[in-house]
Amino acid sequence: MSGFLSSSIARKVAMALSALFLIIFLIIHLAVNLTSLFSADAFNEASHFMGTNPVIQFAMQPVLIFGVVFHFVMGFVLELRNKGARNVKYAKFNGAASSTWMSRNMVVSGAVILAFIVIHFLDFWIPELNTKYVLGDMSGVLPGEEGYRYFAELQHKFVPVWRVAAYVVAFVLLGLHLAHGFQSAFQSMGFNNKYTKCVKTLGVIYSVVIPLGFIIVALFHHFNH
Amino acid sequence: MNLTLKIWRQRGPQDKGQMVEYKVTDISEHMSFLEMMDILNESLVEKDEEPIAFDHDCREGICGMCSLHINGEPHGPDRGITTCQLHMRTFKDGDTIYIEPWRAKAFPVIKDLIVDRNAFERIQQAGGYISVNTSGNTQDANAIPIPKLDADLSMDAAACIGCGACVASCKNSSAMLFVSAKVSQFALLPQGKVEAADRVRNMVAQMDAEGFGNCTNTGACEVECPKGISLDNIARMNREYLKASII
Amino acid sequence: MTTLNSRVPEGPIKDKWTTYKDNIDLVNPANKRNIDIIVVGTGLAGGSAAASLAELGYNVKAFAYQDSPRRAHSIAAQGGINAAKNYQNDGDSNFRLFYDTVKGGDYRSREANVHRLAEVSGAIIDQCVAQGVPFARDYGGLLDNRSFGGVLVSRTFYAKGQTGQQLLLGCYSAMNRQIARGKIEMFNRHEMLDVVKIDGKARGIIARDLITGEIERHSAHAVVIATGGYGNVYFLSTNAMGSNATAAWKIHKKGAYFANPCFTQIHPTCIPRSGDYQSKLTLMSESLRNDGRIWVPAKIEDAKAIQEGKLKPTEIAEENRDYYLERRYPAFGNLVPRDVASRAAKERCDAGYGVNATGEAVYLDFAAAIFRYGSEKAKVQGLTNASKEEIIKLGEGVIEAKYGNLFQMYEKIIDENPYKTPMMIYPATHYTMGGVWVDYNLMTTVDGLYCIGEANFSDHGANRLGASALMQGLADGYFVLPYTIGDYLSDDIRTGKISTDSPEFVEAEKEIKEKLEFFVNNKGTHSVDYYHKKLGLVMWNKVGMARNEKGLKEAIQEIQEIREDFWKNVKVPGNLNEMNTELEKAGRVADFLELGELFAKDALNRNESCGGHFREEYVTEDGEALRDDKNYAYVAAWEYTGKPSEAILHKEELEFKDIELKTRSYK
Repeated sequence: MSGFLSSSIARKVAMALSALFLIIFLIIHLAVNLTSLFSADAFNEASHFMGTNPVIQFAMQPVLIFGVVFHFVMGFVLELRNKGARNVKYAKFNGAASSTWMSRNMVVSGAVILAFIVIHFLDFWIPELNTKYVLGDMSGVLPGEEGYRYFAELQHKFVPVWRVAAYVVAFVLLGLHLAHGFQSAFQSMGFNNKYTKCVKTLGVIYSVVIPLGFIIVALFHHFNH
Repeated sequence: MNLTLKIWRQRGPQDKGQMVEYKVTDISEHMSFLEMMDILNESLVEKDEEPIAFDHDCREGICGMCSLHINGEPHGPDRGITTCQLHMRTFKDGDTIYIEPWRAKAFPVIKDLIVDRNAFERIQQAGGYISVNTSGNTQDANAIPIPKLDADLSMDAAACIGCGACVASCKNSSAMLFVSAKVSQFALLPQGKVEAADRVRNMVAQMDAEGFGNCTNTGACEVECPKGISLDNIARMNREYLKASII
Repeated sequence: MTTLNSRVPEGPIKDKWTTYKDNIDLVNPANKRNIDIIVVGTGLAGGSAAASLAELGYNVKAFAYQDSPRRAHSIAAQGGINAAKNYQNDGDSNFRLFYDTVKGGDYRSREANVHRLAEVSGAIIDQCVAQGVPFARDYGGLLDNRSFGGVLVSRTFYAKGQTGQQLLLGCYSAMNRQIARGKIEMFNRHEMLDVVKIDGKARGIIARDLITGEIERHSAHAVVIATGGYGNVYFLSTNAMGSNATAAWKIHKKGAYFANPCFTQIHPTCIPRSGDYQSKLTLMSESLRNDGRIWVPAKIEDAKAIQEGKLKPTEIAEENRDYYLERRYPAFGNLVPRDVASRAAKERCDAGYGVNATGEAVYLDFAAAIFRYGSEKAKVQGLTNASKEEIIKLGEGVIEAKYGNLFQMYEKIIDENPYKTPMMIYPATHYTMGGVWVDYNLMTTVDGLYCIGEANFSDHGANRLGASALMQGLADGYFVLPYTIGDYLSDDIRTGKISTDSPEFVEAEKEIKEKLEFFVNNKGTHSVDYYHKKLGLVMWNKVGMARNEKGLKEAIQEIQEIREDFWKNVKVPGNLNEMNTELEKAGRVADFLELGELFAKDALNRNESCGGHFREEYVTEDGEALRDDKNYAYVAAWEYTGKPSEAILHKEELEFKDIELKTRSYK
């Protein structure tokens, strides 16, 4: 196994595994977000649980962060290497004739998603960490108020139009990223059999439904606060 | 018909090279693309200019020698054919056609449109064979029945002509389709299973050492491949490689 | 004139090869490591030889003008490879394969060589399967066979329509294994320009690195030439653009006799020429004749109208079509052997009945087969009232399953749908049975110089049967040469490394350099292709499918004139020390210009019609080929003496002890 990760195929597989992990994470994240459409209480309960449960905080969260960082770093490293594999460019290259825009521009959609994640961290994650671990307030309740603060914060964030617009753009690109990435991950891991067709269909459904869900949540709170 | 050609000229491996414009006139639509190139070359020789060097040999789509990147696609806009099978009726009078060599760091240009594909040779030498010596008494050819489906899939993979269009079409200059075709051909046959693990490890290691890019599953190679080699082969190679590395 | 010694072992024909193998001298493994062998050409013959010799332990240097051994023109063979495996239990045997090959060759091949070929044919299939060649299989997982022209059994093994490719990739993989081990040193993009003889023995070659232009000396204890045929002497042929006769011709000039150059195979089912710009002809598998019917218009005015584009073939009524093969050869019909079918097409076209603008094409019509298969299919599917359209649709499906790739290829080139309108075909040069003369050991008349595969003359006589070329190439390389060359090299174990500084190497290199310098400095007026096309035209018109004394004499004269003009006025741009494709072509065409003359001289000498050689003066009353076994049952081996016109004829009398000489009849 030593040096395993230096081979091209192993890196592909590592990309695929981290991708599948993130794909599962997105489902959970969306599930929590969707509760906010129906019940502020449910959303608050779920958020508090996710934000304070030690297993999630100290076991799952680092894994997630590692997965995200790994996927991005490896993605960009591979992209650089791949660019280097063609040192003289074509005067004319008609990539559209043989492949989709999504498949050729994973690094573009990836970069937009990265930018979004930065905003997202500044918006939610860093304030959360600050409240919980710097200030040491694990209550989830604002001083002088009743009930959990999460739902109110969520609504508050989606007031500015620019942020909602950024969300929409980012999730459209996430959709495009997934449209290629979902089935690509299976191909990379050597999954190719009579179920491949199902995987491809599932990938299309996933890449539409998940980003759409996030977008609906954002729009819902923008118009309903 | 009359055409404007923009062709890559490069004297030698060290030369920088550039696109040069040529005009050809009275081209018949029934000509093959390479016959059009022959006519251009003949006219260059008449003018005491050096003809354009390009690789070609069998001119019937099987030797894998011809290798032109035409209007942004390897082997031109038509599907399921090599450059030598491309006919001028694919183009229109007055068209401008870009003609470039395969572009990849692992395929350095030798002259004009000719590239060095020795990287493919070295990959094959790293394991693209079954270790059996010539002898008059290997076991009878019918001693091991092979399911028809496996034999057919193996044949489909073996149809690769090693032209390098997969690398040329790939935005990453990846050689995975080429390598996987050979790995698959043998992995599907009982004779090839004995050395399967070593073969895939060694061939992939050589592929990486040659400086080809990594596969991102865009699928361009499968579309541009003149022999229609399937992406399934790449999945099979990934599987074989994982099996060989982990187990 | 001397009599040539073919060194055929004594004894009954079926024991010759076994006895031979039992009695030859062997080289011990430790000594093999000290012996170098050069193999020029890496197609089926050269590739299999290089791999096998390296496995044995010799140091092999292999040369190919392409960028990889995998690109040799063996790759273009479509149909299959014969072997007397008798898997079909249809009565096949080594003897039957031997008999068919000798008869198919019109009794002009050497019995002992052909029998050996048949004997090792089975081992070739075993070997290829072991290497991972994906031959076609049936549903039980066992190997499938198809039948081919000129024989009564099913003995052809195939891998889709790409048998040559798969066999070549098989020996390419065997070569790769030896290259990886360091036992084969591979020289891609190198062209052999001469052989070097020391004390009468072949001891090396002079080669040009086609990338840098550098002239290199390579020494060895033996040299093997496996560079294929000389079909490109016609300019237009089904050979690859680079296929050339230089290696074979250069060794001829150094003392190897050249045998039967006039035996050339013209293949009947090629796609016709469409214009003067054409660079090459494309072959379609002979298997098409199983279902296609060949015809031309019966009325000359219809033919004229078609040539002018005023009439379509589908508009000609059944009674106005001349199915000339069925008319002339009722027994074999459209399945007569290649030479007969080709000549018949030429006869009709010469009479003015040709069907495309050039007047050089005949129709190959699948309408009848489509209807027949369609009706069958309709019956199988229980469609009692199927309309004509439905039947045709079903029939087209059947034809597509059988010949889909060929039909697609045709449509790509001609831009007509062959399901709807008849295909056009015309004969084209395809294979050369003649070549360098070799003895039973496959050694030429120069010691230590071997010639294998299509480049030699030995196994196919005056006409080759389908699916036999692949068999011969691999038999020579895998199973014959490794034995015979060892017998010769057993005397060389004390020789040691051969220096490339000897005067012979220096002299040979100097000669080559001078000639190359001449080309680039000549600054003439015409391109190399100009001369090649001129030569091709003379060859095709006067030394082509039908020959006569007057034409051959004219051809010799004209070729001499073209050659003279070539050496005065050829123009080769570019320099010596770089990749220079025009310079490569110049050297090859210079050799074709000499070979073409010897070819015509040989055709003039052979006053009979046999196989691919048809002399108009020697025909039966009904226009069929008339062989003359009394005077011409010999191999004509020519010795070079300075000019092709002064070549000396040596005869190897052919003895037929195991097969009775008969007239071939397909009526």
